Order: sequence, then structure tokens, then C-alpha cells
Amino acid sequence: MATDSLTRDTRLAGLEQALSRQLSGQGCETLSAPGEVTLVVPAAHLLPVCRTLRDHADLCFEQLIDVCGLDYAAYGKGEWETESASTFGFGRGVDRDLDLALAAPRRFAVVYHLLSLAHNRRLRLRVYADGEGEPMVDSVVPVWASANWFEREAFDLFGILFRGHPDLRRILTDYGFVGHPFRKDFPVSGQVEMRYDPAQGRVVYEPVSIAPRVLVPKVIREDSRYLGPDHAGAAGKGA
Amino acid sequence: MPEIRNYTLNFGPQHPSAHGVLRLVLELDGEVIERADPHVGLLHRGTEKLAETKPYNQSIGYMDRLDYVSMMCNEHGYVRAIEKLLGVQVPQRAQYIRTLYDEITRILNHLMWLAAHGLDIGAMSVFIYCFREREDLLDCYEAVSGARMHATYYRPGGVYRDLPEVMPQYQAAATQWHSAREMAARNAARQGSLLDFIEAFTQRFPGCVDEYETLLTDNRIWKQRTVSIGVVSPERALQLGFTGPMLRGSGIEWDLRKKQPYAAYADMDFDIPVGVNGDCYDRYLVRVEEMRQSNRIIKQCVDWLRTHPGPVAVDDHKVMPPARAAMKDDMEALIHHFKLFTEGYCTPPGEVYAAVEAPKGEFGCYIVSDGANKPYRLKVRAPGFPHLAALDEMARGHMLADVVAIIGTLDIVFGEIDR
Repeated sequence: MATDSLTRDTRLAGLEQALSRQLSGQGCETLSAPGEVTLVVPAAHLLPVCRTLRDHADLCFEQLIDVCGLDYAAYGKGEWETESASTFGFGRGVDRDLDLALAAPRRFAVVYHLLSLAHNRRLRLRVYADGEGEPMVDSVVPVWASANWFEREAFDLFGILFRGHPDLRRILTDYGFVGHPFRKDFPVSGQVEMRYDPAQGRVVYEPVSIAPRVLVPKVIREDSRYLGPDHAGAAGKGA
Repeated sequence: MPEIRNYTLNFGPQHPSAHGVLRLVLELDGEVIERADPHVGLLHRGTEKLAETKPYNQSIGYMDRLDYVSMMCNEHGYVRAIEKLLGVQVPQRAQYIRTLYDEITRILNHLMWLAAHGLDIGAMSVFIYCFREREDLLDCYEAVSGARMHATYYRPGGVYRDLPEVMPQYQAAATQWHSAREMAARNAARQGSLLDFIEAFTQRFPGCVDEYETLLTDNRIWKQRTVSIGVVSPERALQLGFTGPMLRGSGIEWDLRKKQPYAAYADMDFDIPVGVNGDCYDRYLVRVEEMRQSNRIIKQCVDWLRTHPGPVAVDDHKVMPPARAAMKDDMEALIHHFKLFTEGYCTPPGEVYAAVEAPKGEFGCYIVSDGANKPYRLKVRAPGFPHLAALDEMARGHMLADVVAIIGTLDIVFGEIDR
């Protein structure tokens, strides 16, 4: 039968052994879930680990498929009271002011997705971007050239700095944009709106006039029926 | 001797061969490119951030609008990630329908690419030929989902509905410009079911590809514009994160449909074309051959779907709505419907990455879930993004006119690059 590879993949069986063999001294932590292997790499060891992953014959991750920034400030914080409920109308239980963990040391992470064509398997790396105020990790552009734009994107959207990046400019947002829009403390509607002002004869920026609202609250339920042996959620945040 | 300085040229963002809103700052030495600096993001809509504010199912429609010429493949990548997160097994008929529509989408995309690429470098009539076949395929989209482009047809757990028994026909009342004889001719292929229509298409499509090839493959001007232009070695293609036809054009035999089969691709008989030189001409040949292979896959899917009726979605009302009729007299079905369309479903906490071989390359969705009814973070891995990033390297040392050929061969769409 034509099935998706939802269960544990045979291709990944050897990967975890190879990882523990080749990267024993680097302080990495391996998380595994059906079809997925995640390696949590200490920020200080990122570049040597990446070089080993690319060059060692047992690992051979020739391709960097994706780099993705992550902001964990609202992780696990629901907007909806699921255990009990008050008696006031529609808005009961909606928490509009989430208590974001903005100063948490592991707030920002960078996630890399690697692909090995030789062994036909994938690996995910996660690096927590620590740093006083400015999250920073080493750039992997010297290892994989494709990281260039992906890291620019993570810098633009999350404000994560990449040490040694050849050209760390904004990429997706507008020229002169202020802020990092994918951070959890950045509102979906943005900070400023733009319009043409006929009196001044030019485009002006003003604070947004629309009030933020929650259409569907974020609900976290513990009674998910999908927590069976087959789901991929076993490798959680691990923090 | 006068001092000769480099000349900086602004290409786009409104330029017919920029394929959308690409602003390209070119540094020229005479007519030779010294540096190409693409400025992207003019179409940035924050799709990933929007997805964080909506229940999972409400973001499927946004996926259509990423790469808006290969709509259903994007949906496929997204729903596969959700299915992987939930651990839902999709019924086999739905897998075949998805395979069928993924390949229809691949032909749609490659026709659009061939039309635009040809137009960019001077082959005007290919455009008209390609759009003739695109029209039929868009009708297939419309027949199954009601929309010609933004289908929102794939759902976690299957597809929205089964293939229709009747192919919609042109209505005489809707037009005054066509005679009754013309209408009859246009409706000739639409007398049976959707599968009959698709099968008739697969029979005539190889002849259509022959027509495109007659126009281009041995055309002297076409070869002058594409042979040895934008050469990428296999090593560089891997370094630069190329996937799909861009990688195969450089001679690396890598196709997720073969290497990491999903949907019904494991049961399909097809070949992967690869290039030799890694230039624009080889990538052209690869994509044209892919259209022929897609046609083969579509044929196999049609044959299978004719003989294997069955459910097209999981019978699990936490992720798929119950039947409309059941809601009229079954209280539980009504509650399921209400909960699914207001709150959605909560996924287990965790993270998944699922990829499909989209026409442009590897389209992947990385979803981080914290157990809520919305994704905590959705990252869309768009194939065009690393391809466009390589434009600088590919264009260096080429002439200004070759930039247009290279942009064409990259097959970029800004919906997915800017997201």
C-alpha cells in the first residue's frame, strides 16, 4: 500500500549511531521522533559540528535545505482557559495579554534542516542563540553557501545576528523597516501604517489605527487523541 | 585615456521579464555583469506569521497563494506536515487523487515556465501554445474544487471531496461570441466524467509537447540564447541548496518522488530526467521531459482511480467535517462540525518537517507545535528562495541579455520567495 513514512524510518536507524560516534565530545543532545532526528548543538560548537556533518563519510550532509529562526517567548502559553470557565459572554476565558518570556535565556533558536543525498536522510539542528540582548550565533555560510539568504531572513524577521556572515542585510521587509516582525512581541498588524498624504504630496507613516483583536483564541488542550505511538511530537522542545 | 567606471543598472521591480516584483541591481562593466544584487520582499505578506494566528485548516488557502502557479503541491506539503504531526493515515484513494493533481500541477507549472521563459528570450508563439493546454488543466482544477487556481482542495486527512462524475461544460447562454458548432466542438471532450476528460488530455498531450519541442529544441536562436548560459556544476548546485529541476539539470539524480516516496509515487512507473552540462538548455530539456513523465503518471492514476472507489478522507471528525446530511439529524455530527470550524483541532506538541517534490524543487513545511490549535511556528521552505540567491553567482561574467535567460531558467515566483 502506498503509505507515507509516518512510522520510524529505517534510514534513520544508522544516523543516531553515527551522530553519537562522530560528535561525542561536542556536547550535543539527540532527540528522536518517528521520521525525525533533531540534534541540539551548543552555540560554541556549531561550526565544527557542521563541518563534521558535511564532511564525514558516515554523515555526509551535503545540502543545507533550510534555516529558520524561532522565538520561544510564547511557547506553551494559551489564550483560552480550558480547565474552567467564567460566566461572562463570548470573551470568557480569553487572555489577551499573554505573559511572554521575553528575557528567557533560551528565547531564540535557529533551526537548520540538512539533507544527505548519499545516505538519503535528513537531520535537524537546533542552536539556542544566547546573548545579552542581542541573540547571536555563528554563520554557517563557510560550510554551506545556501545559508546566506536564509540567515539574512532569520536576521530580518527575528533579529538574530550571525557572526561572520558576509552580507547581513534585511531581505524581506521594506527599506527602512524598524523592528523584527516575527518576534512574538511584534503585533500581527504591525506598528506603522502608510498612506499618501495629498497635503504634503508624499507618503507618510503613522501609528496603526486598527485595534488588535483575537479572532480564534489559541487553545491548548492536553486531551489530544493523537498522542499515540505514531505521532511525531515525541521530540518536543527539550528545554 | 578616459577613466572607465562601472555602470549600475536598476532592473525592475516593474519589468516584464522580472517574473513579478524583482528589483535587481546590476553592476555592469560595459555589457558584462560584475555583480547582481536581487532585492526581494516586495511581495512579502507575512504568510508564516498569519498562519500562527489561525487554526491549522484556515491556512491551507494561504499555501495556494505562495507559489501561485503550482498551487496544489504547496497544499500537499502543508497538509503532509500536519498529517505527520497528528499521525493520521490518509486513505489510498485520496493518495492517488493527490498524486494525480500534483502531476497536473507540475504540468501547469512547467507550461507557465516554458511560456514565460520563451517569451522572455524571444520565442513569442510558444506562449500561445502553452496557454492552450493550461486552459484544460485549469478546468480540471475547477471541476474538482470550484476554483481555477486557488483550490484549497487538499485537507489534512484526505481531500475535500471525491472526483466529480460529470465534467462541467461550456454553456451557450454565457457567451454570444461562439456559434453552436464551436460550442459543440469545445464540449466534445466534456461529455463524460472528469477522469474521461483527463484521459483524453493525456492522449493528446504528448503531441502538444512535440509541438513545443519543434518550436524550440533544435531552434538555432533558442540554442544560442540558452546553451552554455548559467552553467552550474553539480558541486556548486549542492552547495547552493538547489533542488528539483535546477539540481537535476546539473546532473544529480535526485527526486523526492523516487527517493523519499510520498502519496502514491511508490506505485508509479516513471523516470527522472537529468542534464549533463548544467546550463539553461539542459534545464529546459529536463523540464520538458518532466512534462512527459508527469503525463505517464497521470495516466496510471486515472486507470487506478477508475477501478478503485473508496473514501477520500479519514473518517475522523476531529480533523474532517462530517457529511452535511449527517449534521441535519445527528447532534454529535453538528457539534463536531461546530468545533472543527471554530476552534479547530489541537495537535500534540512537537515539531515536524515534511517535504514534497514541487515543480520548482523541494517545497517543505516545518511546523513547531506547542499543543495548540494553531501552529506555534510555520516555516515554509520555498524552492525558489535559494535558487534566486544563486543568481549573483550564475550571472557573473555573462552579458546583460543573459540575465533574462537566467531568471527564466530559475523558474522563480515571488509569491513563494517573499512569502
